[in-house]
Amino acid sequence: MKVALFVTCLVDGMVPSVGQATVALLERLGVTVEVPLAQTCCGQLHTNTGYGAKARPLVRSYAETFSPYEYVVTPSASCAGSIRHQHPALVPGLRVPKTYELSEFLVDVLGVEDVGATYRHRVTYHPTCHSLRLLGVGDRPLRLLRHVRDLELVELPDSDSCCGFGGTFAVKNPDVSGAMLADKVERIHQTGADICSAGDASCLMHIGGGLSRLRSGVRTVHLAEILASTA
Amino acid sequence: MTFLGMPTAPPGVGQLRGDRDFPTAARDAVADEQLRRNLGNATSTIRGKRANVVAELPDWAGLRAAGAAIKDDVLANLDSYLPQLEAQVVAAGGIVHWARDAHEANRIVTGLVRATGSHEVVKVKSMATQEIGLNEALTDAGITAYETDLAELIVQLGHDWPSHILVPAIHRNRAEIRDIFMREMPDVGELTDEPRVLAMAAREHLRRKFLSARVAVSGANFGVAETGTLAVVESEGNGRMCLTLPRTLITVMGIEKLVPTFADLEVFMQLLPRSSTAERMNPYTSMWTGVHAGDGPDEFHLVLLDNGRSSVLADAVGRAALHCIRCSACLNVCPVYEHTGGHAYGSVYPGPIGAILSPQLTGTHGHHDPNASLPFSSSLCGACFDACPVRIDIPSILVHLRAKQVDSERGGAPSGQDLAMKAAAWAMRSPKRFSIAEKVLAAGRIIANSDHRITALPWPGSRWTSSRDLPEPPSETFRQWWARTHGGATQ
Repeated sequence: MKVALFVTCLVDGMVPSVGQATVALLERLGVTVEVPLAQTCCGQLHTNTGYGAKARPLVRSYAETFSPYEYVVTPSASCAGSIRHQHPALVPGLRVPKTYELSEFLVDVLGVEDVGATYRHRVTYHPTCHSLRLLGVGDRPLRLLRHVRDLELVELPDSDSCCGFGGTFAVKNPDVSGAMLADKVERIHQTGADICSAGDASCLMHIGGGLSRLRSGVRTVHLAEILASTA
Repeated sequence: MTFLGMPTAPPGVGQLRGDRDFPTAARDAVADEQLRRNLGNATSTIRGKRANVVAELPDWAGLRAAGAAIKDDVLANLDSYLPQLEAQVVAAGGIVHWARDAHEANRIVTGLVRATGSHEVVKVKSMATQEIGLNEALTDAGITAYETDLAELIVQLGHDWPSHILVPAIHRNRAEIRDIFMREMPDVGELTDEPRVLAMAAREHLRRKFLSARVAVSGANFGVAETGTLAVVESEGNGRMCLTLPRTLITVMGIEKLVPTFADLEVFMQLLPRSSTAERMNPYTSMWTGVHAGDGPDEFHLVLLDNGRSSVLADAVGRAALHCIRCSACLNVCPVYEHTGGHAYGSVYPGPIGAILSPQLTGTHGHHDPNASLPFSSSLCGACFDACPVRIDIPSILVHLRAKQVDSERGGAPSGQDLAMKAAAWAMRSPKRFSIAEKVLAAGRIIANSDHRITALPWPGSRWTSSRDLPEPPSETFRQWWARTHGGATQ
């Protein structure tokens, strides 16, 4: 099977390890990964900040870049949500390439829950708002994590509360965003986990920024990186 | 963000707009730790209860869809339902008044009370009369309004304004309520802060008003076009006292509160109590149709209020905000509301629904209009849409209003945000430019600390680093790694 990877602008520029892990994981599962280098960004940042007109060329370019592929996989629920729900409204009539968030692709298309990973850590999982409510990935990420060898999964209290990121919300409303983040960080600490995972690098950058500020010793690791890990 | 020809709610009357933008007002609210504790406890309790009573209904999704469909029909056919309601109310012996805006509604109600010769009215809890500032207008006319809903009474006696649609005094704890009662209620004596003691004091205070008042003012949860029936849904029974004891009843109802038929109430009477108080059924539902000799008021006036609603109706996307049945479910699940409370929104309609309703009702006038900041007061987490019993897609409407706000500010000098968005879009339109931009970003490595964190950025980056670190940009981007390891095989 051949898939195109939409790596997302944030992963490309800020956390390439998430993209590398996604490639390694998919290749290990026998999938041929292609990375069309014409890709840039899904345009969500623009759309959600009120610049839908500026997002339109990005939406068209996304469709053009990925239309040759039957499957597009992305390690971001938020970007997948924007592509699936916002792209059709931004450019009416556009054929939007079928795009899967990583856990959806693994569970629904490949039909695997045990990806053969090993990860020796105590992990708590934050279901990001867009994975939970926009895409409805449900417990797919948890099913994948439960099959990872040596991984101790601990439940995050109030897990469905937003971490306070929300794109430009974090800088337009820094006080509220910071207060929401403080609550999320407190809940993570309650679990005693040393790793907080999620399916969105953006939310993880926010949560990780809060954990790092407190020098708490808890790290954020993307779901793809855990699933790619074999040692 | 104003529609030509459709008047928005006028400024300077009522409470639909604060005097500070949301981020500024929210900063103070977030710093109030007592407020955050009160709100956090109250909202998390009701969130859990609501989830339980919703989960026990097997057809909740169907009920929501029905509620949304009925409201869609109402909004599409107001031009026939409103005259039908008017005709039915008149046929049952009521009198109907049409109010273009808050000024007109206040004038009508004030005139009606004056005509009775009374100098006081008792009030049923009502968002519409809070919206138009009726109490203040009555005071100016020498008429005293007594709020009879316990929480509204606390707000009124505290010279305060509501911070929640259903629980307007949610920002007050019982010690504060005790102080307010002892200060404002004559002859109340010494009180403890036990809820029962406070409730009994309020009861004694209010009973005197119920028995002496000759005029009552209410809002309406629903108005039935088919029959001319008005409905008020409440918990305390104080509303029913007001609706039945006085000689004259004046009801102020927003024009979107219609339902076409009596049978349609079946849907909303299941949706509303579960979504608002997390009850299967609310304790008191009062319905009345016109007047009946020897039973209840002998004079009934219905004031139909526009106050910007027609202008909301003109926006095909934004108009779904008028589906709202004022249940407060979106407030109770909103992480932003939970951290700021209602006052930060500046309007009697706070929380997610307020963020889409208030700016549409008032229109916004330029970047410095406090209501222009409301559509941005959300992380778009989507909890509100999930909870809404009439399926208002609040996140999508927020995004729609953000775009309208940005568009309306075009023409002047571009803002920093305009320039940043333009530059980012330009860079991202081309993969070549994008990879150059990434190299510029990578230069950020020089400001990282030796432990690879960025802990302080100059403004506007300081708005991020005020409470979080930023990771050091990587030495190699993903596309550089791909080209190096996969030889750029797939272009």
